Order: sequence, then C-alpha cells, then structure tokens
Amino acid sequence: MGASRRGFLLGGAGVALGAIPGAAYADPAQQNRQADPAPNHPGTAHGNHGAHGGGVNGPTFRGGPVDHAANGFNPTEILRSFDYGKTSELPDGRTLREWEIYAIDREIEVAPGVRFPAWTFNGSVPGPTLRCRAGDRLRIKFVNGSEHPHTMHFHGIHPAEMDGVPGIGRGVIEPGGEFVYEFDAEPFGIHLYHCHVGPLAEHIARGLYGTFVIDPPQDRPKADELVMVMNGYNTNFDAQGNQLYAVNGIPFHYLHEPVRVRRGELVRIYLANILEYDPINSFHLHGNFFDYFPTGTRLESSEYTDTVVQAQGQRGICELRFPHLGKYMFHAHKSEFADLGWMGFFEVIE
Amino acid sequence: MSTAGLRGRMPVTAVAIVVVVLVALGLAALALLGNRSLPERTGPPVEELAVERVTLSPGIIELTLRNTGPDPVQVAQIAVNDAYAGFTGAEQPLGRLGKEIVRIDYPWAEGQPYTLAMLTSTGAVIEHEIPAAVESPKAGKNLLGLMALLGTYVGVIPVVLGMIFLPVLRRVRLRVIRGLMALTVGLLAFLAIDAAIEGLELAAVSGGAFGGPLLVILGAGLAFLALTAVDRYLKSRESRHPLAEPDGGRLALMIAIGIGLHNLGEGLAIGSAYAVGELALGAALVVGFALHNTTEGLAIVAPLASRSPSLVRLLGLGLLAGGPAIAGAAIGASVNDAALASALFGVGVGAIAQVIVQLAPSLRSATGKLLDPTVAGGVAAGLLVMYATGLLVAA
Ligand SMILES: [Cu+2]
Repeated sequence: MGASRRGFLLGGAGVALGAIPGAAYADPAQQNRQADPAPNHPGTAHGNHGAHGGGVNGPTFRGGPVDHAANGFNPTEILRSFDYGKTSELPDGRTLREWEIYAIDREIEVAPGVRFPAWTFNGSVPGPTLRCRAGDRLRIKFVNGSEHPHTMHFHGIHPAEMDGVPGIGRGVIEPGGEFVYEFDAEPFGIHLYHCHVGPLAEHIARGLYGTFVIDPPQDRPKADELVMVMNGYNTNFDAQGNQLYAVNGIPFHYLHEPVRVRRGELVRIYLANILEYDPINSFHLHGNFFDYFPTGTRLESSEYTDTVVQAQGQRGICELRFPHLGKYMFHAHKSEFADLGWMGFFEVIE
Repeated sequence: MSTAGLRGRMPVTAVAIVVVVLVALGLAALALLGNRSLPERTGPPVEELAVERVTLSPGIIELTLRNTGPDPVQVAQIAVNDAYAGFTGAEQPLGRLGKEIVRIDYPWAEGQPYTLAMLTSTGAVIEHEIPAAVESPKAGKNLLGLMALLGTYVGVIPVVLGMIFLPVLRRVRLRVIRGLMALTVGLLAFLAIDAAIEGLELAAVSGGAFGGPLLVILGAGLAFLALTAVDRYLKSRESRHPLAEPDGGRLALMIAIGIGLHNLGEGLAIGSAYAVGELALGAALVVGFALHNTTEGLAIVAPLASRSPSLVRLLGLGLLAGGPAIAGAAIGASVNDAALASALFGVGVGAIAQVIVQLAPSLRSATGKLLDPTVAGGVAAGLLVMYATGLLVAA
C-alpha cells in the first residue's frame, strides 16, 4: 500500500504516534542499526547460490547457468571461435572464402528460466565470427530458414547490390529464399554483419548480428585472440531499453566461467557494440590498461586506457598483457548494464 | 407416467434431488461441450502479479505475490533498482490466485525508494514500487500493544469526549435538536464518501483478483443488509414492549454501530500505514485528528438529548463506536492485505449509509417537510465541519 492511497482523513492517522511513550514506539532506524549484521557478511546472505553471492556482493541471477546445450551455443566457445570458411584459390591467385549462413528462429534461454524468441544466424547469438584477410574474395551464401524476411548486411567496402538492404540488389530474402553475397574483404579491421530488414531495431535486437574480422595483409603480433560482442535483450519488446545485457549472448556468463588467460601473454580482444535501444555501451577492465585500436583499421594504438565507450555499431581492438595472477573484473562502465548482466571476470593463470 | 402420478408417489425431497441432479448433469454437459467448441485462446499468456505485501528486514526484501491473471506465472529473475538480485521462493509457477512469498537478497537503505522488476519466464516485466523503504514492524505483543494504544487514542477517546455534549443538548429546543441530527447526517455522509474513495483506491492496489472495486460494493451491501436486519429486530422488540426501549436509544445504538464499523476501516488504514512506515508525525495533527473524531461522539448522543441514559450505557456506546479502531489497527498492522482492507472499508460505507437511512425520519419537521432550512443548513454544516477538520489532519 503506497503513499497514493493515503486518504483525506486517514492520512493524519499518524498523529497518534506523537503521544505514544517512547518504549512502545520502536524506531525502525534504531532497529536497523542493532539488528543482525547480515548485509555486510558475504557468507550470511540468504538464499544465494550464485557464484558471487548477490546482495552487497553484486548482482546475480537465481538458478546458476543457463542451459547452453539446449541453446546450442556457449559464450565460452564463442569467445575463441573464428570461422575462416571454406577456402580455395581463384584463377588470379587470390583466396576465395565461402560460408553458408542460415537464419534460424530459435527460442533461447537468455537468463536462468527466461525464454527469448530469438532470430539467429546459424543458431547462436551473436552469430559466428567470420574471419578473412584483406583482399580475399568472400562468398556468403545466406539461406533464410526463418519465418520472417531477412537479409545480411555487411559493414565494409562493397558494391551497392551486395549491401543487403531492402530494394537494392536482391533486397529482402523471403523465408525459404537464399542469396549469395559476394565481395572483396576491405578494409582490414573488425566489422559487423547484421540483418537490415525493417523494423530494423527489432530485427537486430532479436539476435541477427555477428562480427567479421579482416586481418591486415601482414599478421598482427601473435596473441590469444578473443571476440566480445556487447549485446542485450529487450525481453518484453517495448523498445524501452533492455532487461538483460551481456557480452557474447548470455548475461553474467563470464562471472560463472571466467575468461582464462595467461600471465604476460598478449591478449587481443575484438570488441563490438551491437546493443539496440540504448545509445552507448562501454568496456571497462579492472587492474590493467590496454591499447585501443578504433575499428582496427590502423595498426597504431590510439589510446592507452582501461575504459572505452562505443556507440551502437562501433567496434575496436583492445590489446593488453596481464602482469599479475588472479581474477579481474570486466564490465560495462555504465553500471546499470553491469548490474543487469554485462559483467564478467578474467582469470589470469600461469 | 403423468406428472400427477409422480406427484402422488414421490415425496417432495426426492423430486428436489432429481431436479438438482438433472440440472447438475445438464450444466456439466454444457461445460464439457462448451469447452470443446470454444477456440483455443491465442496470443501470449496474460501474466499478472499483484504484490500484496512488502516486508523489509535488514538486507532482505520480502514480497507476497499473488497471481491475479488467468495464466500461470513463473518469476524467473528479480531486479531491484535495475540490478539483478538473488532470491528464494516461487520456484514453481504460480497458478491463478496462487500466492507465494519471495525473499530478495538486497542491501536496501532506510527511506530510499525501490523499484522491483520481476522478470517472468516469458521475458515479461512486472514492476512494483516501494515509495520509501522502512523496516517492517514485527508482529507480536509490542506491535499489538502499540496498535491498541493508537486505536484507543484515535477511536475511543475522541468519541467519548464528543459525548460530553449531551448535557448541552438536553437544554436546547427541539428545532436545535433537529439541526444537530441534520449535522450528524452531514458528518456521516462525508465519512461514507471518504471511506468509499479510500476503499476504491485500495481495491485498485489489490490487483482486482478478488473483485477490486466490487469488494467495496459487496462489503457495503452486506453491512447495510446486516444492520437493517439488526434494526428491524430491535424495533420488533420495542413494539412488543413499547415502553421499554425509547426510539432515541435505538437510534443512538445504530449510530454507534455504524460509526464503529467506520472506525474499523479507519483503524485498518492506521495499522497498514504503520506497517509500511508511512505515518506522519506532528502535534498539530494530533489536535486535528482528535477534533475530527470528537464530532462522531456528538453524532451518537444527539438522539439521546431528551433521554437520560446511564453513564455505563454512554460508555458502552462510546466503546462500540471507538473500539473497532483498535481491532482495525491490529489487523492493518499485522495482515496488511489490500483486498481485505478494501472490503472492510466497504463495510464501513454500508454501515454509515444504513445509519443515515435510520436518521432520515427524525429530520422531518412537524409538518412533515424533510429539507427545511434547519435541516439543509445542518447537513451542509456537517459536511463542512468534516471537510474543515479533515484539512487539519491531511498530512
Ligand atoms: Cu531480419
């Protein structure tokens, strides 16, 4: 019963308290101070089976991890899986890379006990990370196995008819239809692909997105390479922000399964923001700093920082080494997103 | 076999049983067939949860949830102020009208507002606001003692104080008495309207699972009928012993009962406000509230102006009118159930309406006119006095 229900006359009921002897009237604030100190003791938090406690120990879900097997993908595997496609040599000596990508409607568990009717590329959110080298010929066969019309729109430099937007080239691919997008890989860097059918925000927010990495002509220094796609779920479809935020599809996943890296080894993170309904996202790392390469299209770092901000569709490469062992948090520095799922750990081991 | 033959051979109870069985079979068949012929409901499930009660203890927010919608609801996750928090309870889906308590692990702070967002298994979000967090009083002897004191203070004492006007009333003319009766009607009408509004607002909070506003009307109707029955019974006793029970005494009793039921609702509001830590404090309010309830005592003794009731009897009337505030406060503080409270407000409305109907004949002038200047002025004054004293206590 809230303040709004206080009646014209009855709202004054409290007057009586003024006349109550102190002994009878227990001051709630006083009780609060004297009462059990549970809130400050991680171990005594009630009813928490999460890996990190909940309550004052930070946000948590009830019910442990989601069912990765049923979902058909696991963020830990997405982290280091790069799909180089089927390669062959063209008559002019260049490399031809071919992929088959299916649009699949699939209900996934986005938080323990929460089902989300996702639209996916190849069954996962985000879709597979495609990888190639600058100058390669790319041939992506898109098969629409969804009940809705979709396209594949690639960032990068390519002819208009390969842009994957309605009304241009082949345009919208109806359910059951297919189309081969073909273009050259340029420029090098980290890029996005996503559906571009209207209503655009919903087609993306449902899960139809992924990254593709174009390596520069000469390899970047050898590193432990990771992909992190910052995403979210507007589970009630009201287009007012999101109920869940994540990196690589499942909120809080890397809290339960920290990202394992080796001390002193170069770590390269391909970071992208594909969040809908919120204008910006960010990546913040604890206990360390990293070199940041915006969009990855230059080989010189533009910044040495522990926090980067990316608007929708922005991406970049973070390079760093962990000098110390232990667990280091990473999360959106928009703390609200962190509390709603965009939070994880690196675990540095020998 | 003719119906006449049936009538001849079967006793009436057997016929009744046969008819009831036939009707039951017919209805069952209809339900079965109707169920099959209706199309499946399409669209997403309708998920509704009402938070019936919030209990705050250090580091824990406890919600009493009630499924007020047609479909089962599974609470999958809960966020407090946009942060997911661990919780226990409601492991299984809540069925229609099902009730469950969830305990959320969250370091809430005194006086702060909180928005609880329950994320269901389908991704729907059901929100509940806590305007200002205050530790919930623990039910027990202390709380009941406090509520008894509060009830006595706002219910019994002001009413009894108001009854002190009786000697004054005895010395005035009949026309003044009629004016006072009209004043009483005005006071009561105001209370009925106020309680009705309060009850309807509460009913909205309860989510409508138990009828929402209908609960207020139901409570009012039942109270009206019950009190009318009591009145008729008292009257029938009078007609048997015409000299034993003067009319004014019966009226005073009915007014006391009506005001008592009204004060039950008032006590309920006090108790539930205390339970959610919403009580405002202030010496000016103490005076205002006492003044306001004093008029209730005046209303009770107005019909007794020409009688000389015993002190015990007067005290009894005062307790009857003011005492229920104690019970109401205790129920409000420990139960804090919006649906129950709105029904009880309805009871208060019905009780007052019945008392007004009882009082109406005594307003008539010698020539049988109802709304002459004395009465119209009295009713208007009653409404205005309530409004004015109400302003004093509206925090
Ligand atoms: Cu699409």
